[in-house]
Amino acid sequence: MIRLNVNGSVHEVEAEPDTPLLWVIREQVGLTGTKYGCGIAQCGACTVHLDGQAVRACSLPVSAVEAGQKIVTIEGLSPDRSHPVQRAWAELDVPQCGFCQSGMIMAAAALLRQTPKPSEAEIRREVTNICRCGTYNRVLAGITLAAERGEAGRG
Amino acid sequence: MTAALSRRVFLAGSAATAGSLSLGFHLPSATAAPAATPEINAWVVVRPDETVVIRIARSEMGQGTLTGLAQLVAEELGCDWSRVTTEYPTPGQNLARNRAWGDFSTGGSRGIRESYAAVRQGGAAARTMLVQAAAAQWGVPPAECRVENGVISHPASGRSTSFGRVAPAAAALAPPKEVALKDPKDWTIAGKPLLRLDTAQKLDGSQVYGIDLTLPGMLNAAIRDCPVQGGTVKSFDAAAVSGMPGVRKVVQVGDSGVAVVADTFWRAKTAVEALPIVWDEGPNATVSSETIAATLREGLDAEEAFVGNKAGDVEAALKGAARIVEATYSYPFQNHATLEPMNATARWTPERCEVWTPTQNGEAALAAAAEASGLSARACEVYKIHLGGGFGRRGATHDWVRQAVLIARELPGTPVKLIWTREEDMTHGRYHPVTQCRMRAGLDKDGNLTALRMRISGQSILAAIVPGRLAPDGKDPVTFQGLNPGGPEAAIGYTIPNLLIDHAMRNPHVIPGFWRGVNTNPNAIYLESFMDEVAHAAGQDPLAFRRKLMAKHPKHLAVLDAVAERIGWETKPPAGVHRGLAQIMGFGSYVAAAAEVSVSEDGTVKIHRIVAATDPGIAVNPQQIDAQIAGSFVYGLSAALYGECTVKDGRIEQTNFDSYPVMRLDEMPAVETILMPSGGFIGGVGEPTIAVAAPAVLNAVFAATGKRVRQIPLKHTDLRRA
Repeated sequence: MIRLNVNGSVHEVEAEPDTPLLWVIREQVGLTGTKYGCGIAQCGACTVHLDGQAVRACSLPVSAVEAGQKIVTIEGLSPDRSHPVQRAWAELDVPQCGFCQSGMIMAAAALLRQTPKPSEAEIRREVTNICRCGTYNRVLAGITLAAERGEAGRG
Repeated sequence: MTAALSRRVFLAGSAATAGSLSLGFHLPSATAAPAATPEINAWVVVRPDETVVIRIARSEMGQGTLTGLAQLVAEELGCDWSRVTTEYPTPGQNLARNRAWGDFSTGGSRGIRESYAAVRQGGAAARTMLVQAAAAQWGVPPAECRVENGVISHPASGRSTSFGRVAPAAAALAPPKEVALKDPKDWTIAGKPLLRLDTAQKLDGSQVYGIDLTLPGMLNAAIRDCPVQGGTVKSFDAAAVSGMPGVRKVVQVGDSGVAVVADTFWRAKTAVEALPIVWDEGPNATVSSETIAATLREGLDAEEAFVGNKAGDVEAALKGAARIVEATYSYPFQNHATLEPMNATARWTPERCEVWTPTQNGEAALAAAAEASGLSARACEVYKIHLGGGFGRRGATHDWVRQAVLIARELPGTPVKLIWTREEDMTHGRYHPVTQCRMRAGLDKDGNLTALRMRISGQSILAAIVPGRLAPDGKDPVTFQGLNPGGPEAAIGYTIPNLLIDHAMRNPHVIPGFWRGVNTNPNAIYLESFMDEVAHAAGQDPLAFRRKLMAKHPKHLAVLDAVAERIGWETKPPAGVHRGLAQIMGFGSYVAAAAEVSVSEDGTVKIHRIVAATDPGIAVNPQQIDAQIAGSFVYGLSAALYGECTVKDGRIEQTNFDSYPVMRLDEMPAVETILMPSGGFIGGVGEPTIAVAAPAVLNAVFAATGKRVRQIPLKHTDLRRA
């Protein structure tokens, strides 16, 4: 039995120790907002926060997560889509198909928590998630908008 | 239409709506639906609470079609946009209702333009019926009533009512025989840069994609199909994995695949990767990129070829030319690489087969399900789930649906969700077709282009996957996208007195597919790069050289001029920055791009700025068109810079995003879009701009380095300064 703290709730799950955190979140915890895109930490669709840091859950064995560590998924970023990144995303209509956007939003939120006023170069360097629809310029604008509002140090 | 039928259709339609899918599925009984909500017609349902449900036949995969089609219906309907919601009718309902919703196919940038007339007529007919119902209640002529924001009023008597209140009476009326449609200049909902209807659920993880679907009692499957197309399963050792955690069953899938069914996908994947399988790789196991290239090279000089465009006498004109310019180009296999890998959930019993899947063509998915199920199409149903990207992969062929149904047949009554790993997806694509092209131009002594000979050698998409659409003589007309002599779809933008464009069809075993932009992608690279080459050879400015050939193509010219002006073609670029241009017509729209790039000493290309112009005739949602155009540069430039699938021992070598890189935010240039709808026609916007992304940048790379990139992707050309 593995104990995980996901979005503030403790879950007890049965999984082989080498099961990636991604699949435990999706299949045992039942939160499917975190996506599978590549399985090798290339695309970032599986990005979640582990104690506030962005991690790629597809390549993190569940056994490497300690019971006391706090996992936040897209479902737990805010109770009502009110995180500054989510609000900026809604205003700018950032998503197209949306499949990468959970990971994109979690990467953006982690960046702003660490660096509330990132430069354009920092955003380009730090947000390495893949979007095949090509929303990058609106992602850039969305992070910039959220940062300008200066309340993104949360989450 | 009877009320009973309407009601059943409405309930099933609700269950199939992606956003409400889990609720709809778990509560498919009559009690779950609002009391007796009749549809006004196939496109419109008005609920008593004034919610307007607009039915969408085409698939939403990110391109914004769902919102755009709803805008067109809502515009004619005159409803309150803030009360609009949408749902997908199912392919089974379309079949049962004699295709009331027309074509479900969502490809070729046809989602909006080919629905344009039908959905507006649907909205207008519903409005007419709602007004007629209100007018009958009041005993006044319908012509005296007005409609605004879902409110019907009769100014003369001061009475008013709402869509929701008169909907039951309207639903009982016969549909009007003819309706008048609004002039686009009077639009207040369509044509406006409205926000999408489907954004909120993409911000908090609640959007259900096919890969996310969960049904009661569902099992999960992972598959390995023979890595060589055409190969088969010789044997496999199920006992070696049947004791692994969670494994329920190991099944052969058709001739060429083996799947493991387990309680979770991770366990199914772990077991299928451990499963010993012996393949018979068949006759294609010796094919490589080199052997394919040799076959295509032979086609460059072949005697026989299908003619796509011909004028004058090109051979004579080349003989008489003062100067000949010649070059050979090539375009590789490329994977669509939708971020959501292929997946489908199927439940099969001897009486019925149901499939839940992200698909660009629900009707084709239904046909695939029926074929694999051994049942009639009427005994099958497909529920379309929101797509995590499509780009053409999820439209014409439904190989993954077939697999899911074959697996489900082994576990009657149990829903099974099949998910491809990224590796399975990369190696079992429906790839961008591979071609080579020899270009030959004749110039007279004054540097005028008098002859152009273009020989395309390579793969036909139609021959491989929809041979019924080949011309009677075997020609694949799709090969000539952007090069046609005329027509509303994809005409060449130059008048060249002596012209011959033909295609020597050479079909390797790697299965091609419609890949966003399709053959406009290579054709624009070939034609627009070569135009640049010829202009330079003639010592002329590439814009001025093109303009001389475009007098009879004013719409092509208008977009080209627009990007040239915005980028400042006549002015000097910043130090170290160089410019390139390209234009094409594709998917019914006219597009052009101008690029500014610099190339460093070590050969690194930096794209600073893109200007893109589009004339789609009519623009239904300008801000979504802007998103499509910006996104087109990500797709097109990923292909131009990196996109290549190579073949070794008959199989695709690239397996994931580490070996098949794509563009990311750090490389994304600023994109300025110029939307210049000239009216009188409606073109697509999801694809045409892909084609000009690469040649505009590659022409700028030439301007920067003097090196011509003729082999895609660009990584094969050494751009380091000597």
